[in-house]
Amino acid sequence: MLAMDYRGPKRVRVTQKPMPEIKHPQDAIVRVTRSCICGSDLHLYNGNVPDTRVGSTFGHEFIGVVEEIGSEVTKLKVGDQVIVPFNISCGQCAFCKQGLFGNCHESNPEATAVGGIFGYSHTAGGYHGGQAEYVRVPYANVGPTVIPEGMDLDDAVLLTDVVPTGYQAAEMGGIQPGDTVVIFGAGPIGIMAAKCSWLFGAGRVIVIDQLDYRLEFVRNYAQCEAYNFKEMEDPVLFIKKTTDWLGADVVIDAVGAEAAGNTMQTITGRKLLLQAGSATAVHWAINSVKKGGTVSIVGVYGPTDNLIPIGNALNKGLTIRGNQASVKRLLPRLIEHVQNGTLNPKAMITHRVPLEEIADAYRMFSGKLDNCIKTVLIPPSARM
Amino acid sequence: MENITKDYSHIKGWGVDADPKNDPTYPMKHRTNEEHKGFSWERPTQQPVEVEVLHSIERPNLTAVFGTTVPPSGLSGMIRRFAFKYSENSYLHWLPLIVADRVNVVEGIVDDLKKGHVPNIFAEKGYKAEWKHNRQSFIQKMLVIGALTAAAVIVLTHKDSDSEEY
Repeated sequence: MLAMDYRGPKRVRVTQKPMPEIKHPQDAIVRVTRSCICGSDLHLYNGNVPDTRVGSTFGHEFIGVVEEIGSEVTKLKVGDQVIVPFNISCGQCAFCKQGLFGNCHESNPEATAVGGIFGYSHTAGGYHGGQAEYVRVPYANVGPTVIPEGMDLDDAVLLTDVVPTGYQAAEMGGIQPGDTVVIFGAGPIGIMAAKCSWLFGAGRVIVIDQLDYRLEFVRNYAQCEAYNFKEMEDPVLFIKKTTDWLGADVVIDAVGAEAAGNTMQTITGRKLLLQAGSATAVHWAINSVKKGGTVSIVGVYGPTDNLIPIGNALNKGLTIRGNQASVKRLLPRLIEHVQNGTLNPKAMITHRVPLEEIADAYRMFSGKLDNCIKTVLIPPSARM
Repeated sequence: MENITKDYSHIKGWGVDADPKNDPTYPMKHRTNEEHKGFSWERPTQQPVEVEVLHSIERPNLTAVFGTTVPPSGLSGMIRRFAFKYSENSYLHWLPLIVADRVNVVEGIVDDLKKGHVPNIFAEKGYKAEWKHNRQSFIQKMLVIGALTAAAVIVLTHKDSDSEEY
């Protein structure tokens, strides 16, 4: 089968790989019909995530058709079209049982701080991902959800990560009616977080980024304010001024390790790897949120350390929350939102690219070329 | 392990201010305090181990399922095995893994060449997309790289010829 093949930082290709096999009685084999490149895939692509082995296949956002099931799979049948959450969850451990499906303790032997994630290095379990024609999907009774009849596949594929992560970013903010919410990052997650902030009753939503085409998109898509930090002397000062000098009630970091905007962070975090990525966004979030406010982190960072003003977090009495989205917990509500038109995820898709052109797709997404916001990869079998 | 069933009546005031609504994890976590019982849940069927799988020393065993892709091999594999002797709390875990990743890139090129495949770096880096959508900047970048490479070659060649005089 065709699959993406990581060869080193900023080097990927498509090669023929062996078909995945059932390795566990709760496994399913899924034929991919859509997969995406996620902003967090860029941390892998740039070689910033430890234990990213040459020969790995990335891709944690994918949907497909069940081709084969293991002997213990009872909730899916061959032929089902499924949304596959990006996190791999057993449904039996103490964490899954309490709804923390992004924190499963039975899916990632290599690290205890993160559960298993498809195609996200051996630090997240060593599974191949969905930027391929076929994928092995463990715990098929737990994660995969049958795509409701009539749902557009482009909407469905964004329910695997983008929509739940953006929604949970807003949810973790504990937004109260009338709150001012600031979101750093106008990538797909930031855009969705802005849209979802209104669902929790935000009074004002402000998005900060450096790319004008994305700011224009989010301004229209999420009916929010959007500003370019390159035009500001200091984004924190800008937020203080625009919130009557008190700061925002809730600030969301929807950027993570690839953040621009602070030379010291960029050099130490992205170039020299002395930090687990550039912590510019979370740094700004802590400094621009109101005293007693909440910082919600969904931007992805590596497992080592980051330089952030923890003293300010203490002195301001902040609540800092973060997590990988609990996709399974959120899916029923989010499917409702998509079906009734409250959310329109597929409008974020700017590029549909054949799987075979994956190297160009990564370059385009990474370089924000051609006004790229979200790239969907389509394998040959799904194009027939 | 038995925290939940323990009797704390001998501790004056134990739990008098406990407030189930004071839960910053809501609504992510439907708190049942399962984990107070420790690592004692009924585990899923264990996946058979058919390849070498390294596991964090912060857990006693392999997870019930795990990925079987790209098992450790070669020099990078040796470095990864070393890294997994240390906990996730230690730089001696993460920094060797980053080194192993870089060594693995060289191993990947050697593997390609052994199989008679010369990696098409231009294609793998997606330069076609740069050429199509970002041509001017791409040309500038290539010119800079070309100039720096040429300068390096000239400097090195010059040093070599100098040393030959002695």
